[in-house]
Amino acid sequence: MDLVKLQRQWVDYRASLYKEGFLDEQFTQLQELQDENNPDFVVEVVSLFFEDSERLLNELTTALEQQSIDFKRVDAHVHQLKGSSSSIGAQRVQTSCIAFRNYCEEQNVEGCLTCLQQVRLEYSLVKTKLEYMFQLEQQILSAGGSSPM
Amino acid sequence: MVVETGFSSPRTDAFPAGLRVLVVDDDPTWLKILEKMLKKCCYEVTTCCLAREALNLLRQRKDGYDIVISDVNMPDMDGFKLLEHVGLEMDLPVIMMSVDGETRRVMKGVQHGACDYLLKPIRMKELRNIWQHVFRKKIHEVRDIESLEGIESIHMTRSGSELFDDEHFLGGEDTTSGRKRKDVDNKRDDKDLGDPSSTKKARVVWTVDLHQKFVKAVNQIGYDKVGPKKILDLMNVPWLTRENVASHLQKYRLYLSRLQKEGDIKTSFMGMKHSDPSSKDSTAGSGLHNSMDLTQDNVSNGSFSFSVNHTLAPSVDLKGHEGDRKGITSGPMTELKGPFSIDITDPRKVKSSKISLDHSLGSVDPNFASFGSTDTRRYSWNEIPEIRFKQEYEPLELENGFSQLPLPVLQHHMLTEYPQPAASVSPGPSITEKEATGSGFEVKPMYDEYRSNHVKHSNLGESHSVNNQVFKPISATTSSMTSQETIPNHLTESEFSPKNMYEGVGIEDLQLCWLQGDYYAMNFGVQGLDCTEYNHPAIISETPFHLYDAPKFEHEHPFDPTDQGLFA
Repeated sequence: MDLVKLQRQWVDYRASLYKEGFLDEQFTQLQELQDENNPDFVVEVVSLFFEDSERLLNELTTALEQQSIDFKRVDAHVHQLKGSSSSIGAQRVQTSCIAFRNYCEEQNVEGCLTCLQQVRLEYSLVKTKLEYMFQLEQQILSAGGSSPM
Repeated sequence: MVVETGFSSPRTDAFPAGLRVLVVDDDPTWLKILEKMLKKCCYEVTTCCLAREALNLLRQRKDGYDIVISDVNMPDMDGFKLLEHVGLEMDLPVIMMSVDGETRRVMKGVQHGACDYLLKPIRMKELRNIWQHVFRKKIHEVRDIESLEGIESIHMTRSGSELFDDEHFLGGEDTTSGRKRKDVDNKRDDKDLGDPSSTKKARVVWTVDLHQKFVKAVNQIGYDKVGPKKILDLMNVPWLTRENVASHLQKYRLYLSRLQKEGDIKTSFMGMKHSDPSSKDSTAGSGLHNSMDLTQDNVSNGSFSFSVNHTLAPSVDLKGHEGDRKGITSGPMTELKGPFSIDITDPRKVKSSKISLDHSLGSVDPNFASFGSTDTRRYSWNEIPEIRFKQEYEPLELENGFSQLPLPVLQHHMLTEYPQPAASVSPGPSITEKEATGSGFEVKPMYDEYRSNHVKHSNLGESHSVNNQVFKPISATTSSMTSQETIPNHLTESEFSPKNMYEGVGIEDLQLCWLQGDYYAMNFGVQGLDCTEYNHPAIISETPFHLYDAPKFEHEHPFDPTDQGLFA
């Protein structure tokens, strides 16, 4: 594909992610941290985020499946997920965690389950989008361009 | 940019570049990001994801780090506990982080001595300035070492390089007048500039044994009369320096005050929230050590119209401020200048009385008790000022009262109500006038302390005419803490604020109470004073924060007796 076209596509795509609230300012910070010493910094950090989030989501699922739910534990996981998502600027995930925590406080099982679904959804969305963005980046690099990050 | 060469040379020539930071966070994503950000700031970064690991690293390499940044939620240990440990054992500035910015949490952080509390997501620009906490501590250390006379101006005008230079001679020199030192410093600046680390003092680990020796010495001397030098002599530990003792003394006082606070906080004072002492300029000696770096400001504020401040201040802040108090302790004790030189109170009395104070704290270590009694110095200033109270005085008083008092022992005669030994007292003073008015801190808790202090003082005062006046300042300082440095206002709560402090009490209230000088204040002790009548902002005495070197925000929090390994 045409390099210029690719680059434009990348830029537009990224802009849309911001616009739609999938990413926020923090993501820009990550990009700014990337330099020649760490040329894959963003990808690395985001990968860490994916790993950690998946682990937490699994923990949450397990915790909410228990007969007697330990809400403190659930809350702790959500809190972690919130912190984690804030690290890369996954805004929508972060926001859905807030609602989730409220339900935990209220010890509302239904509410928690609904929130878990919501968080999972938001997570999948942002994951898909970021992965796509990285793919575009790869294509740009392959086409001879430099990283747009 | 910075090669992590280990801990051989703490700083490169271009401070803050090369600042050695230890980052503790169980979130791998954040750990990576923070590491990168800090490296971009040209700091030397070490990361770990467990609190225990962090403590091990810190213990293995004493003096190998300049500052610690830790998340509040750690899987193996509560971040606040880690905070306390670090402050106690290593006396390093600690910054807390969390995605949770709830006021309570932040306050807790401050209470436990955090010198700052960052909310995630953290921006790089926030990390760029963390060196200020290290710097501040250094300044306070210097201060402590030097006599407090007129320190404010001197210190304030000191350039950063000077401060570093101070380290050079801090190591060996004993306190000399700040002024004299200034000249020396200036000279040294040129050559030592940029290499403060060369004379960096090794951090002392206060083992239980060592601490016991320390406490014994303090008790022997009489809390009222303690001074790093005296303690050092009595302890007879060859490798220990005066500065080590001074800094430990500060922490000790802080600890006591914290205990006291816990004890009598239940009452109304809880509200004390000192605003960030450091931020306030006027904070007087910030009796609140909590205020973390208030001391500096206070000093400059000169709220201490009475030179007394210096002398008195030392105290309370045992914990965190490594250097801060050192100077102070020695200062006041021996150098009371001006009106305060009166050593009225009978420290010994304090000792015994401390118990009567009712340390509700109960947990107060008996050793601490001895603290209470000393500080005649403290009261000495009482004499001064009734007049002074108005603002300037206020701070002083607090300082004195607090610093001296810190450990409950002080005057408890009167205070029966105040359970807390001097320790609680200490928190108070940091009241800065200015702040007091504006801050609306909830000084309540402090009040308790003050009360106890005052009470104590009162006892003393009787003989020395120590009065409640003395107490006033204390509260003031707390209020003044508002806004200082990085500490959020409400965060700067000094250790005094017992957990139960009420929210409502503002420092001003406390101060006012004190002003009145009557025992009324004292009576409150537990009851939750209502200092409403005292609300004069002006009164808020700005206890010389600098004296306390409040910066030790970190340790401001009330010590849990159980946590006090050292002080057990």
